[in-house]
Amino acid sequence: MLSVILIPVLPLLGFAVQAFFGRRLPRGGDFVPLGCIGIAFLLSLRIFIEALTAYSADWKMLFGPFVWLDLESHQISVGLLVDNITAVMLMVVTVVSFLVHLYSTSYMHGDEKYSRFFGFLGIFSFSMLGLVIVDNFLLLYVFWELVGLSSYLLIGFWFERDAPANASKKAFLTNRVGDLGFFVGIMILFWKVGAFDFQSVYDGIAAGKVSGWLLTAAGLCLFCGAIGKSAQFPLHVWLPDAMEGPTPVSALIHAATMVAAGVYMVTRMFPILTPDAMVVIAYIGAITALLGSTIAVAQYDIKRVLAYSTISQLGYMIMGLGVGAYVAGFFHLVTHAAFKACLFLGSGSVIHAMHDAYHGDHDVDEQDMRNMGGLRKQMPVTFATFLLATVALAGVPLTSGFLSKDAILAGALGFGGFAHPQHFLIPLFGFAAAFLTAYYMFRLVFVTFYGEPADERVSHAHESPRAMTIPLVVLASLSLWFFYSLNPVGQGWFYDLVKEPPQVALMDAQVSLPATTPNTEAAMMTAGGSHDDPAHRAHYPAMALSILLAAGGIFLAYKRYYNNQKAMMAHEAKLLETSWLFRALHNKWYFDEMYSASFIRGTMALRSALSWFDTWIIDGIVNLSAYFARALAWIQGLADRKIVDGLVNLVADSIIEAGGQLRRVQTGRIQTYVILLLAGMIVLMIARMVV
Amino acid sequence: MDQWILTLLTFVPVIGAAVILCVPGEQKNTIRWLALLTTGICMVLAVWLFNAYDRANPAMQFVVQVPWIPSFNIEYHIGLDGLSVSMVLLTALITLLCIPASWSIEKGVKGYFALLLLLQTGMQGVFVSLDFFLFYVFWEIMLLPMYFLIGIWGGPRKEYAAIKFFLYTLAGSVLLLLAMLAMYFNTTDPATGENTFNMLVMMDQANHSEWLRAGTIFGRSAPLMLWMAMFIGFAIKVPLFPFHTWLPDAHVEAPTAISVILAGVLLKMGTYGILRFNYQMLPDASQYFSTLLAVIGVVNIVYGAFCALAQTDLKRLVAYSSISHMGYVILGMSAFTVHGINGAVFQMFNHGTITAMLFLLVGVIYDRAHHRYIVFPNDYHEPELRGQLGFGGLWTHMPIYGSLTMIAYFAALGLPGLSGFISEALCFLGAFPVHRTLTIIGTLGVLLGAGYMLWAFQRLFMGSFNERNKDLPEINSREIATIVPLAVVVIVLGIYPAPVLDLIAASLSDLSHTLSAHSGMAANAF
Amino acid sequence: MIGLTHYLVVAAILFSLGVLAVSTRRNAISVLMGVELILNAGNINLVAFSKFSDVGISGQLFALFVIILAAAEAAVALAIVLNIYRNHHTVTVDRLHSLSG
Repeated sequence: MLSVILIPVLPLLGFAVQAFFGRRLPRGGDFVPLGCIGIAFLLSLRIFIEALTAYSADWKMLFGPFVWLDLESHQISVGLLVDNITAVMLMVVTVVSFLVHLYSTSYMHGDEKYSRFFGFLGIFSFSMLGLVIVDNFLLLYVFWELVGLSSYLLIGFWFERDAPANASKKAFLTNRVGDLGFFVGIMILFWKVGAFDFQSVYDGIAAGKVSGWLLTAAGLCLFCGAIGKSAQFPLHVWLPDAMEGPTPVSALIHAATMVAAGVYMVTRMFPILTPDAMVVIAYIGAITALLGSTIAVAQYDIKRVLAYSTISQLGYMIMGLGVGAYVAGFFHLVTHAAFKACLFLGSGSVIHAMHDAYHGDHDVDEQDMRNMGGLRKQMPVTFATFLLATVALAGVPLTSGFLSKDAILAGALGFGGFAHPQHFLIPLFGFAAAFLTAYYMFRLVFVTFYGEPADERVSHAHESPRAMTIPLVVLASLSLWFFYSLNPVGQGWFYDLVKEPPQVALMDAQVSLPATTPNTEAAMMTAGGSHDDPAHRAHYPAMALSILLAAGGIFLAYKRYYNNQKAMMAHEAKLLETSWLFRALHNKWYFDEMYSASFIRGTMALRSALSWFDTWIIDGIVNLSAYFARALAWIQGLADRKIVDGLVNLVADSIIEAGGQLRRVQTGRIQTYVILLLAGMIVLMIARMVV
Repeated sequence: MDQWILTLLTFVPVIGAAVILCVPGEQKNTIRWLALLTTGICMVLAVWLFNAYDRANPAMQFVVQVPWIPSFNIEYHIGLDGLSVSMVLLTALITLLCIPASWSIEKGVKGYFALLLLLQTGMQGVFVSLDFFLFYVFWEIMLLPMYFLIGIWGGPRKEYAAIKFFLYTLAGSVLLLLAMLAMYFNTTDPATGENTFNMLVMMDQANHSEWLRAGTIFGRSAPLMLWMAMFIGFAIKVPLFPFHTWLPDAHVEAPTAISVILAGVLLKMGTYGILRFNYQMLPDASQYFSTLLAVIGVVNIVYGAFCALAQTDLKRLVAYSSISHMGYVILGMSAFTVHGINGAVFQMFNHGTITAMLFLLVGVIYDRAHHRYIVFPNDYHEPELRGQLGFGGLWTHMPIYGSLTMIAYFAALGLPGLSGFISEALCFLGAFPVHRTLTIIGTLGVLLGAGYMLWAFQRLFMGSFNERNKDLPEINSREIATIVPLAVVVIVLGIYPAPVLDLIAASLSDLSHTLSAHSGMAANAF
Repeated sequence: MIGLTHYLVVAAILFSLGVLAVSTRRNAISVLMGVELILNAGNINLVAFSKFSDVGISGQLFALFVIILAAAEAAVALAIVLNIYRNHHTVTVDRLHSLSG
């Protein structure tokens, strides 16, 4: 229990140390997070060995449930789950994370925010490791958002420039769009099942608490999260921009681990997916695979080629899960993590060397492969490892990529080619993407490492230091077949440990596919499986076809780019002018433009409209009523002054008037008074006499 | 102590205010320290209360009931349940932090702190009153200091804002007064057989008159009209669309600490009132208006978020985000589920702490730069600055300030691991089973929230550094001391929400069950 | 035989002249002189009634008092007139109407 909790908590500890003391420690305190992730790796290794020793598909450890939110009459409990999938994920994350930490000590050396970088890596490792050990959708969502946070922080690491700042915001918001769907899915499940943990959800659905279209909707809503996080069509647009982050981050987060979280999530919710939902997922994956690989063909930025390649490969994994090739999809996650991390770190090594070679000349884009060339002589280790990883990505036999990709293609062919011919587009897209992958990857290799240096300065580039090449070697060797299966075309330990979970989504009249489909993989695994089984029938044709297509792609790239990089680059520059197709590819099928014209502009227009409405209509009514009240008060005041006050004033005025008249008597001349006195006396006397 | 705690908590600030009034106005520091001492005592009392409160008991605790104006059966009747205890704690905490945040006020120090303390009495009184009349008295007491605090210590348009705030709230109070009288004349205390202002008696429908159950007023159902009157009175305070426009103006003009209190505590009185009065006294009518509440909640969420997206004044942005966040509270409570109501009250608490942080952070930058424009507006008095970014790249220049702001912004956008997420999630989870489509629309607020918060963060802290701001000093330790406690609360409650949830859960679950028991009746009642 | 009536007639004529002087003369000194005439008309009456009735010498005593008072009054009045002259440079009573309402 403690050792499981320690795995994510240790990197968090590393973050805390970096945040408060990082800059005061020697070497920016980089040894603290490195040590933390190292220990986490050893703890994960122990769990992995335990899983291997048990060697059973049912092996699992459950911790909990612990009450998290106690609402008196209702409780929300959480727990931890460690099974074979978790054990594998823990290994993938800790290995890549550790190597990236190691690599970064050299790559980020001298950056003024060096210790902050390791702090952020700590947050990421914490969230990612947390994500894979929880046993419920709610905490999965929690860590899901937290990896989003660390991705935001790391993409925007060089926030002084506008591009990373924009990219980080775009990544977070695009992910949030998917996360809305994820949360709605959680709400549907909680509404019907009343629990969050995987097992209760499976049980609840098996008991028929959710079914029909609602279950399909729940599955697809949850899948929206994966669309965002794993950069699936149509939310793939954030991933290429995320390359603005430091290259080790691209390797760790945006190639090997975080973007694979979507795939991991689909494996967790696999049992509850209805066939309808799975078809949608398969199509999304297939479209993404093709889309990514087509765009990659026309990119020049070395990291962007790899980014679109990642999108395409993630599409493969999702497609694999969608067609029911559960193990193959997950397997590809693992193999891809190793060789894609290797490719990114290799590209980082190249960029690092280019940076030194050009001495930070700001007119030269040091990530543009047109500015490279001939690097294989200067950087032999980088070249060798890069080539090996490329071969694995292209799916050449004797590599890990061949094992996993072939299985996915077999599943796709079995599903769309044999079992359900109406879905023929899925394998078609898959195989087309396989061909394009081999082509654009070798285009990248030939342009970058072969031929003549594009600039005299490039010929002085030199190999990266040991801290950067060791991770490359380790990751490249992990791209070989024997780690996964001794038989280069067979299925090794992985297929014994990871088994497709039983489907709990009840089949009813609404579904459009026969009940057998999702279980193709299981049937394929069984030694005595029926030869009529579609996936089994597809196995050898798919293998042959994929080898053929990979070879074709490599050959085409060889023909076009091996000898005359310069001429081809000039030719492509001309193509950009003349060919709308190439232009569209280079501009990523104009997705960014479409989104900014529709969603962004729509939102901006709406906010301006609503703000106007608020200021002039709502507040206008308030102010108008105040104005009206004031006008009324003015009229009333007028009446008050003229009529009510008028009467009062009339009394006062008449008294004043009378006084004014009377004052004339008071002359101030004593003689007048005397005369008046006399006159008065006389009057009185006369009156006396008369009366 | 049990008998005295609430009375003390309510009236210690007034005593503090009286003492401050006796100190000569020139001794500004004495006054400040006295105010800090007073609020400190309140905080200590609140902590004592936090410990002494019996979490398992859903009923009123620490009750004091003595006659006040016997001829109308008005009593000094106070007490606490889970709903009010969280608000009382929040009030004590926020007011305490507002004192250091007001340290830099130089004009009329004596009056300022005296009014602030009087305001605290009003707020505490509102949350502990169990007598409708007493409640109304406190409700109005709190209004007056607020008017002066905005109107005297505010910004350039302070008079406009203060009067708008005052009149708007007073308009609500009138409706509340009418409702109070209607309730008084239609509630009979079974013990005495006379009309009563006792809220606990009003909460039992058996004590209601026939008119209050099924009568009509102006040809419409009396309980519904009464519910509406109270609701509008409280909705103005929350504020709910379309009664919300006083809020941005009041916030923009109010001094920092007053904004903090306004958003942190005063807004909660509206939702507190709805839960305490509308829900508990007229449960059938509440059931009837469930969908209306949800619609208003969702409109608040989405409308507030869109308006926030359009603001260029940082404080206005935070004000509109408050409107959006209070929408979650209304949406959560609209469904009467245990999760929803707990989530709503927890969100009230969390919004109090998070928005307080946001306003304090705005205050920090405003004290330094003397403006708070994200982008200078088109009618700014310096023509060459119009349309330019007000800040930018501040994170390198003020790293601690930037990091604290990041915590606050991410808390506001509902990042898991920070307290706002749990309450928002509970609100959604609680509302979803009843109002499905509305809740799904409401989740848009989470996306838009991320949009305006991150966009603001980018324009303030990222990008190239604006040399005009190179003289701005880093956040000082007094300001850190006001913000860090809130940050700690936000983080701790985000990971381990039990300290607050335990307080509120018993009473609110009870409330939810009572309300749900009325769900069947509501359909037939009107 | 000169009787009481004769005295009274003389006193009445004197009084009338005094009143005429007081009410018509413009000069303040003349007005004062008029006052003296009025007082002396009174004195004649007092002495006459003393002689022709049985009140003893009380009337003559009163006349003496009046003479003394008239002397004192004249002194005060002249002092006032002098002061008026100093302040107003005139003793014409028509111009002295500060108490006009």
